[in-house]
Amino acid sequence: MVSAAVSLSLKDQVLEILAQVPDPEIPCVSVVDLGIVREVRDGTLVITPTYTGCPATIVIERDIRAALDRAGLREMRIETTLSPPWTTDWISDAGRDKLRAYGIAPPPKGAAKASLRDTPAECPRCGSSHTEEISRFGSTPCKALHRCLDCAEPFDRFKCH
Amino acid sequence: MAREENMLFHHALRLGDDALVLGQRLSEWCGHAPMLEVDLALANIALDLIGQATHFLNLAGEIEGEGRDADAMAFRRDVLDFRNSLLVEQPNGDFAQTIARQFLFSNWQELLMREIAAAPEPRLSAIGAKAVKEIAYHARFANEWMVRLGDGTEESRARIIAGLDWMWRFVDELFDPKDGAPSLRPEWEARVARVLAEARLEMPKARRGVLGGRIGHHSEHLGHLLSEMQFLQRAYPGAAW
Repeated sequence: MVSAAVSLSLKDQVLEILAQVPDPEIPCVSVVDLGIVREVRDGTLVITPTYTGCPATIVIERDIRAALDRAGLREMRIETTLSPPWTTDWISDAGRDKLRAYGIAPPPKGAAKASLRDTPAECPRCGSSHTEEISRFGSTPCKALHRCLDCAEPFDRFKCH
Repeated sequence: MAREENMLFHHALRLGDDALVLGQRLSEWCGHAPMLEVDLALANIALDLIGQATHFLNLAGEIEGEGRDADAMAFRRDVLDFRNSLLVEQPNGDFAQTIARQFLFSNWQELLMREIAAAPEPRLSAIGAKAVKEIAYHARFANEWMVRLGDGTEESRARIIAGLDWMWRFVDELFDPKDGAPSLRPEWEARVARVLAEARLEMPKARRGVLGGRIGHHSEHLGHLLSEMQFLQRAYPGAAW
Protein backbone atom coordinates (compact mmCIF):
# COMPACT_ATOMS: atom_id res chain seq x y z
CA MET A 1 0.00 0.00 0.00
CA VAL A 2 1.25 3.48 -0.81
CA SER A 3 1.65 5.42 2.38
CA ALA A 4 -0.75 8.28 2.92
CA ALA A 5 2.04 10.85 3.18
CA VAL A 6 3.28 10.09 -0.32
CA SER A 7 -0.11 10.49 -1.91
CA LEU A 8 -0.65 13.87 -0.29
CA SER A 9 -0.14 16.91 -2.46
CA LEU A 10 2.73 19.18 -1.51
CA LYS A 11 0.27 21.73 -0.17
CA ASP A 12 -1.43 19.22 2.11
CA GLN A 13 1.95 17.94 3.21
CA VAL A 14 3.11 21.44 4.15
CA LEU A 15 -0.13 22.20 5.99
CA GLU A 16 0.21 18.96 7.91
CA ILE A 17 3.75 19.87 8.94
CA LEU A 18 2.74 23.39 9.95
CA ALA A 19 -0.23 22.13 11.94
CA GLN A 20 2.47 20.81 14.32
CA VAL A 21 4.18 24.21 14.67
CA PRO A 22 2.75 25.98 17.73
CA ASP A 23 2.49 29.71 18.20
CA PRO A 24 5.41 30.56 20.51
CA GLU A 25 3.32 32.68 22.87
CA ILE A 26 0.04 30.76 22.72
CA PRO A 27 1.29 27.20 22.23
CA CYS A 28 -2.18 25.63 22.31
CA VAL A 29 -2.78 26.74 18.71
CA SER A 30 -0.72 26.09 15.60
CA VAL A 31 0.32 28.66 13.03
CA VAL A 32 -2.30 27.11 10.71
CA ASP A 33 -5.06 27.51 13.33
CA LEU A 34 -4.16 31.19 13.70
CA GLY A 35 -4.50 31.88 9.98
CA ILE A 36 -0.89 33.00 9.64
CA VAL A 37 -0.31 30.52 6.80
CA ARG A 38 -1.85 32.07 3.71
CA GLU A 39 -0.77 30.06 0.70
CA VAL A 40 1.47 27.32 -0.63
CA ARG A 41 2.43 27.73 -4.28
CA ASP A 42 5.36 26.96 -6.57
CA GLY A 43 7.75 26.00 -3.82
CA THR A 44 6.86 29.09 -1.79
CA LEU A 45 5.05 29.28 1.50
CA VAL A 46 3.31 32.60 2.11
CA ILE A 47 2.78 33.73 5.69
CA THR A 48 1.46 36.96 7.21
CA PRO A 49 2.22 38.58 10.57
CA THR A 50 -0.55 39.12 13.12
CA TYR A 51 0.49 42.46 14.63
CA THR A 52 3.24 44.53 12.98
CA GLY A 53 5.32 44.63 16.13
CA CYS A 54 4.57 41.17 17.50
CA PRO A 55 7.93 39.75 18.60
CA ALA A 56 6.60 36.24 17.98
CA THR A 57 6.68 36.92 14.24
CA ILE A 58 10.43 36.36 14.04
CA VAL A 59 10.25 33.20 16.15
CA ILE A 60 7.35 31.88 14.08
CA GLU A 61 9.28 32.23 10.85
CA ARG A 62 12.27 30.49 12.40
CA ASP A 63 10.12 27.65 13.76
CA ILE A 64 8.41 27.18 10.39
CA ARG A 65 11.79 27.11 8.65
CA ALA A 66 13.05 24.48 11.09
CA ALA A 67 9.92 22.33 10.65
CA LEU A 68 10.16 22.48 6.86
CA ASP A 69 13.87 21.63 6.98
CA ARG A 70 13.22 18.67 9.25
CA ALA A 71 10.63 17.38 6.79
CA GLY A 72 13.17 17.59 3.97
CA LEU A 73 11.63 20.71 2.40
CA ARG A 74 14.81 22.75 2.44
CA GLU A 75 14.11 24.20 -0.98
CA MET A 76 10.79 25.73 0.03
CA ARG A 77 10.99 29.50 0.34
CA ILE A 78 9.11 31.49 2.97
CA GLU A 79 7.59 34.75 1.86
CA THR A 80 5.91 37.29 4.13
CA THR A 81 3.00 39.33 2.87
CA LEU A 82 1.16 42.18 4.60
CA SER A 83 -1.78 42.41 2.27
CA PRO A 84 -4.57 41.68 2.86
CA PRO A 85 -3.92 42.36 6.56
CA TRP A 86 -4.41 39.51 8.99
CA THR A 87 -7.73 39.39 10.80
CA THR A 88 -9.00 37.27 13.68
CA ASP A 89 -11.68 36.04 11.26
CA TRP A 90 -8.95 33.78 9.86
CA ILE A 91 -8.60 31.84 13.10
CA SER A 92 -10.04 28.38 12.41
CA ASP A 93 -12.98 26.92 14.31
CA ALA A 94 -10.65 24.28 15.72
CA GLY A 95 -8.32 27.08 16.78
CA ARG A 96 -11.15 28.87 18.58
CA ASP A 97 -12.03 25.71 20.49
CA LYS A 98 -8.39 25.20 21.47
CA LEU A 99 -8.12 28.80 22.69
CA ARG A 100 -11.22 28.44 24.83
CA ALA A 101 -9.99 25.17 26.34
CA TYR A 102 -6.68 26.91 27.10
CA GLY A 103 -8.48 29.69 29.01
CA ILE A 104 -8.43 32.41 26.35
CA ALA A 105 -11.77 33.75 25.12
CA PRO A 106 -11.64 33.49 21.33
CA PRO A 107 -12.83 36.40 19.19
CA PRO A 108 -16.33 35.82 17.81
CA LYS A 109 -16.40 35.26 14.06
CA GLY A 110 -17.02 38.32 11.97
CA ALA A 111 -16.00 40.35 14.98
CA ALA A 112 -13.34 42.18 13.01
CA LYS A 113 -16.14 44.49 12.04
CA ALA A 114 -15.97 47.48 14.31
CA SER A 115 -19.63 47.32 15.29
CA LEU A 116 -19.16 43.94 16.91
CA ARG A 117 -15.94 44.81 18.70
CA ASP A 118 -17.65 45.74 21.92
CA THR A 119 -19.66 42.57 22.41
CA PRO A 120 -19.02 41.18 25.90
CA ALA A 121 -16.42 38.43 26.14
CA GLU A 122 -17.54 34.98 27.11
CA CYS A 123 -15.75 33.63 30.16
CA PRO A 124 -13.76 30.57 29.01
CA ARG A 125 -14.15 29.04 32.46
CA CYS A 126 -17.88 29.24 33.20
CA GLY A 127 -19.29 30.44 29.86
CA SER A 128 -20.93 33.55 31.31
CA SER A 129 -21.18 36.68 29.19
CA HIS A 130 -21.46 38.74 32.35
CA THR A 131 -17.87 39.98 32.05
CA GLU A 132 -15.96 43.24 31.97
CA GLU A 133 -12.77 44.53 30.40
CA ILE A 134 -9.92 45.27 32.80
CA SER A 135 -7.39 46.43 30.24
CA ARG A 136 -7.58 46.64 26.46
CA PHE A 137 -3.88 45.83 26.30
CA GLY A 138 -2.74 42.52 27.71
CA SER A 139 0.25 40.22 27.98
CA THR A 140 0.71 40.05 24.19
CA PRO A 141 -0.35 42.46 21.42
CA CYS A 142 -3.21 40.16 20.42
CA LYS A 143 -4.90 39.88 23.82
CA ALA A 144 -6.91 42.05 26.22
CA LEU A 145 -7.48 41.42 29.91
CA HIS A 146 -11.02 40.69 31.12
CA ARG A 147 -12.74 39.53 34.29
CA CYS A 148 -15.78 37.31 34.78
CA LEU A 149 -18.38 38.92 37.06
CA ASP A 150 -19.99 35.56 37.79
CA CYS A 151 -17.10 33.23 38.60
CA ALA A 152 -14.73 36.14 39.37
CA GLU A 153 -11.87 34.69 37.30
CA PRO A 154 -9.68 37.04 35.29
CA PHE A 155 -9.00 35.85 31.74
CA ASP A 156 -7.41 36.86 28.47
CA ARG A 157 -9.51 37.62 25.46
CA PHE A 158 -8.17 37.41 21.95
CA LYS A 159 -8.74 40.92 20.57
CA CYS A 160 -11.07 41.24 17.62
CA HIS A 161 -8.83 42.54 14.91
CA MET B 1 16.57 58.23 -7.78
CA ALA B 2 13.82 59.42 -10.06
CA ARG B 3 11.74 62.25 -8.68
CA GLU B 4 8.79 60.04 -7.83
CA GLU B 5 11.00 57.45 -6.17
CA ASN B 6 12.66 60.19 -4.17
CA MET B 7 9.29 61.45 -2.94
CA LEU B 8 8.23 57.97 -1.94
CA PHE B 9 11.54 57.42 -0.16
CA HIS B 10 11.08 60.55 1.92
CA HIS B 11 7.45 59.75 2.60
CA ALA B 12 8.36 56.31 3.93
CA LEU B 13 11.19 57.83 5.94
CA ARG B 14 8.90 60.36 7.64
CA LEU B 15 6.34 57.70 8.48
CA GLY B 16 9.01 55.32 9.73
CA ASP B 17 10.85 57.93 11.80
CA ASP B 18 7.65 59.18 13.44
CA ALA B 19 6.78 55.64 14.50
CA LEU B 20 10.31 54.74 15.54
CA VAL B 21 10.96 57.80 17.69
CA LEU B 22 7.58 57.70 19.42
CA GLY B 23 7.94 53.95 19.94
CA GLN B 24 11.32 54.49 21.59
CA ARG B 25 9.93 57.34 23.71
CA LEU B 26 6.98 55.29 24.94
CA SER B 27 9.22 52.36 25.79
CA GLU B 28 10.87 54.61 28.40
CA TRP B 29 7.70 54.12 30.44
CA CYS B 30 8.17 50.37 30.58
CA GLY B 31 8.37 49.47 34.27
CA HIS B 32 7.65 53.07 35.35
CA ALA B 33 4.02 53.70 34.40
CA PRO B 34 1.51 54.73 37.10
CA MET B 35 -0.09 51.29 37.13
CA LEU B 36 0.34 47.87 35.61
CA GLU B 37 -2.43 48.15 33.02
CA VAL B 38 -1.05 51.46 31.78
CA ASP B 39 2.45 50.02 31.70
CA LEU B 40 1.20 47.19 29.49
CA ALA B 41 -0.75 49.55 27.27
CA LEU B 42 2.15 51.93 26.68
CA ALA B 43 4.55 49.05 26.01
CA ASN B 44 2.04 47.52 23.58
CA ILE B 45 1.61 50.80 21.75
CA ALA B 46 5.39 51.22 21.61
CA LEU B 47 5.69 47.73 20.16
CA ASP B 48 3.09 48.42 17.46
CA LEU B 49 4.88 51.62 16.52
CA ILE B 50 8.26 49.94 16.31
CA GLY B 51 6.67 47.25 14.13
CA GLN B 52 5.29 49.91 11.82
CA ALA B 53 8.67 51.66 11.79
CA THR B 54 10.35 48.41 10.74
CA HIS B 55 8.06 48.09 7.73
CA PHE B 56 8.32 51.73 6.66
CA LEU B 57 12.08 51.93 7.10
CA ASN B 58 12.62 48.64 5.28
CA LEU B 59 10.58 50.08 2.44
CA ALA B 60 12.62 53.30 2.46
CA GLY B 61 15.81 51.25 2.28
CA GLU B 62 14.41 49.15 -0.56
CA ILE B 63 13.51 52.25 -2.58
CA GLU B 64 16.91 53.78 -1.90
CA GLY B 65 18.57 50.62 -3.21
CA GLU B 66 21.82 50.95 -1.30
CA GLY B 67 21.37 47.85 0.82
CA ARG B 68 20.14 49.58 3.98
CA ASP B 69 17.44 47.81 5.98
CA ALA B 70 15.32 49.07 8.88
CA ASP B 71 18.09 48.33 11.40
CA ALA B 72 20.62 50.33 9.40
CA MET B 73 18.13 53.18 9.15
CA ALA B 74 17.38 53.12 12.87
CA PHE B 75 20.82 52.55 14.32
CA ARG B 76 23.27 54.02 11.83
CA ARG B 77 21.85 57.40 10.91
CA ASP B 78 22.80 60.62 12.62
CA VAL B 79 20.34 62.99 14.20
CA LEU B 80 20.33 65.40 11.24
CA ASP B 81 19.16 62.60 8.94
CA PHE B 82 16.02 61.85 10.95
CA ARG B 83 12.77 63.14 9.47
CA ASN B 84 10.33 62.65 12.35
CA SER B 85 8.06 65.44 13.54
CA LEU B 86 9.13 67.44 16.58
CA LEU B 87 6.02 66.25 18.43
CA VAL B 88 7.16 62.64 18.76
CA GLU B 89 10.63 63.47 20.10
CA GLN B 90 9.28 65.56 22.96
CA PRO B 91 10.22 64.12 26.36
CA ASN B 92 7.58 62.07 28.15
CA GLY B 93 7.29 64.61 30.96
CA ASP B 94 4.65 63.43 33.40
CA PHE B 95 1.96 60.92 32.46
CA ALA B 96 -0.40 63.70 31.37
CA GLN B 97 2.15 65.14 28.95
CA THR B 98 2.69 61.68 27.46
CA ILE B 99 -1.07 61.26 27.02
CA ALA B 100 -1.44 64.70 25.44
CA ARG B 101 1.27 63.83 22.90
CA GLN B 102 -0.34 60.44 22.18
CA PHE B 103 -3.76 62.02 21.82
CA LEU B 104 -2.61 64.53 19.22
CA PHE B 105 -0.45 62.00 17.41
CA SER B 106 -2.67 58.90 17.30
CA ASN B 107 -5.73 60.78 16.08
CA TRP B 108 -3.59 62.26 13.32
CA GLN B 109 -1.85 58.98 12.53
CA GLU B 110 -5.13 57.09 12.28
CA LEU B 111 -6.49 59.49 9.68
CA LEU B 112 -3.19 59.53 7.82
CA MET B 113 -2.87 55.77 7.78
CA ARG B 114 -6.43 55.36 6.58
CA GLU B 115 -5.54 57.61 3.66
CA ILE B 116 -2.34 55.70 2.98
CA ALA B 117 -4.19 52.38 3.09
CA ALA B 118 -6.28 53.61 0.16
CA ALA B 119 -3.32 55.06 -1.77
CA PRO B 120 -2.25 53.56 -5.09
CA GLU B 121 1.30 52.63 -4.04
CA PRO B 122 0.84 48.95 -3.11
CA ARG B 123 3.81 48.59 -0.74
CA LEU B 124 2.83 51.67 1.22
CA SER B 125 -0.87 50.86 1.29
CA ALA B 126 -0.21 47.32 2.57
CA ILE B 127 1.58 48.73 5.62
CA GLY B 128 -1.08 51.40 6.08
CA ALA B 129 -3.95 48.90 6.00
CA LYS B 130 -2.26 46.79 8.63
CA ALA B 131 -1.23 49.70 10.85
CA VAL B 132 -4.58 51.48 10.88
CA LYS B 133 -6.22 48.63 12.79
CA GLU B 134 -3.63 48.93 15.54
CA ILE B 135 -3.70 52.72 15.66
CA ALA B 136 -7.46 52.71 16.26
CA TYR B 137 -6.65 51.10 19.63
CA HIS B 138 -3.99 53.72 20.40
CA ALA B 139 -6.33 56.61 19.65
CA ARG B 140 -9.08 55.13 21.78
CA PHE B 141 -6.68 54.61 24.69
CA ALA B 142 -5.42 58.21 24.48
CA ASN B 143 -8.93 59.65 24.06
CA GLU B 144 -10.20 57.83 27.13
CA TRP B 145 -7.28 59.06 29.22
CA MET B 146 -7.80 62.63 28.03
CA VAL B 147 -11.32 62.47 29.44
CA ARG B 148 -10.20 60.75 32.65
CA LEU B 149 -7.49 63.34 33.31
CA GLY B 150 -9.40 66.40 32.09
CA ASP B 151 -12.58 65.50 33.92
CA GLY B 152 -10.73 63.97 36.88
CA THR B 153 -9.21 65.67 39.89
CA GLU B 154 -7.95 69.22 40.17
CA GLU B 155 -4.42 67.88 39.98
CA SER B 156 -4.97 65.68 36.90
CA ARG B 157 -6.80 68.50 35.18
CA ALA B 158 -4.01 71.02 35.80
CA ARG B 159 -1.46 68.54 34.50
CA ILE B 160 -3.30 67.64 31.30
CA ILE B 161 -3.87 71.34 30.55
CA ALA B 162 -0.13 71.95 30.94
CA GLY B 163 0.76 68.88 28.86
CA LEU B 164 -1.61 69.82 26.08
CA ASP B 165 -0.38 73.39 26.12
CA TRP B 166 3.22 72.23 25.63
CA MET B 167 2.44 69.73 22.86
CA TRP B 168 0.07 71.95 20.92
CA ARG B 169 2.89 74.04 19.39
CA PHE B 170 4.06 70.99 17.44
CA VAL B 171 0.72 70.28 15.78
CA ASP B 172 1.20 72.55 12.75
CA GLU B 173 4.09 70.44 11.55
CA LEU B 174 1.79 67.44 11.12
CA PHE B 175 -0.32 69.41 8.67
CA ASP B 176 2.42 71.40 6.96
CA PRO B 177 1.50 71.90 3.29
CA LYS B 178 5.03 70.98 2.16
CA ASP B 179 5.47 67.56 3.71
CA GLY B 180 2.48 67.06 6.00
CA ALA B 181 -1.15 66.25 5.46
CA PRO B 182 -3.04 69.61 5.36
CA SER B 183 -6.23 68.05 3.97
CA LEU B 184 -6.69 65.99 7.13
CA ARG B 185 -6.79 68.98 9.45
CA PRO B 186 -10.57 69.65 9.51
CA GLU B 187 -11.43 66.05 10.36
CA TRP B 188 -8.61 65.86 12.91
CA GLU B 189 -9.75 69.07 14.59
CA ALA B 190 -13.31 67.79 14.77
CA ARG B 191 -12.15 64.58 16.44
CA VAL B 192 -9.90 66.41 18.87
CA ALA B 193 -12.61 68.96 19.69
CA ARG B 194 -15.10 66.16 20.47
CA VAL B 195 -12.77 64.54 22.98
CA LEU B 196 -11.74 67.85 24.53
CA ALA B 197 -15.38 68.78 25.03
CA GLU B 198 -16.03 65.50 26.79
CA ALA B 199 -12.94 66.09 28.92
CA ARG B 200 -14.18 69.61 29.75
CA LEU B 201 -10.99 71.01 28.26
CA GLU B 202 -10.61 73.97 25.98
CA MET B 203 -8.96 73.77 22.62
CA PRO B 204 -5.60 75.51 23.10
CA LYS B 205 -5.34 78.86 21.38
CA ALA B 206 -3.78 78.90 17.93
CA ARG B 207 -0.18 80.00 17.97
CA ARG B 208 2.69 79.96 15.56
CA GLY B 209 3.74 76.34 15.22
CA VAL B 210 7.30 75.16 15.69
CA LEU B 211 8.57 73.38 12.57
CA GLY B 212 11.83 71.76 11.51
CA GLY B 213 11.75 68.03 12.21
CA ARG B 214 10.90 67.15 8.61
CA ILE B 215 14.08 68.81 7.38
CA GLY B 216 16.29 67.47 10.15
CA HIS B 217 16.24 70.53 12.42
CA HIS B 218 15.48 68.74 15.65
CA SER B 219 15.27 69.74 19.27
CA GLU B 220 18.10 68.78 21.58
CA HIS B 221 15.94 65.92 22.90
CA LEU B 222 16.29 63.71 19.83
CA GLY B 223 20.07 63.46 20.11
CA HIS B 224 19.77 62.16 23.65
CA LEU B 225 17.13 59.64 22.61
CA LEU B 226 19.31 58.38 19.76
CA SER B 227 22.43 58.16 21.88
CA GLU B 228 20.64 55.69 24.09
CA MET B 229 18.87 53.83 21.29
CA GLN B 230 21.94 53.57 19.07
CA PHE B 231 24.57 52.96 21.74
CA LEU B 232 25.02 49.24 21.19
CA GLN B 233 25.34 49.37 17.41
CA ARG B 234 27.66 52.35 17.67
CA ALA B 235 29.89 50.67 20.24
CA TYR B 236 29.81 47.23 18.61
CA PRO B 237 28.92 47.75 14.93
CA GLY B 238 26.99 44.85 13.44
CA ALA B 239 26.57 43.10 16.78
CA ALA B 240 23.94 40.36 16.65
CA TRP B 241 22.75 37.73 19.09
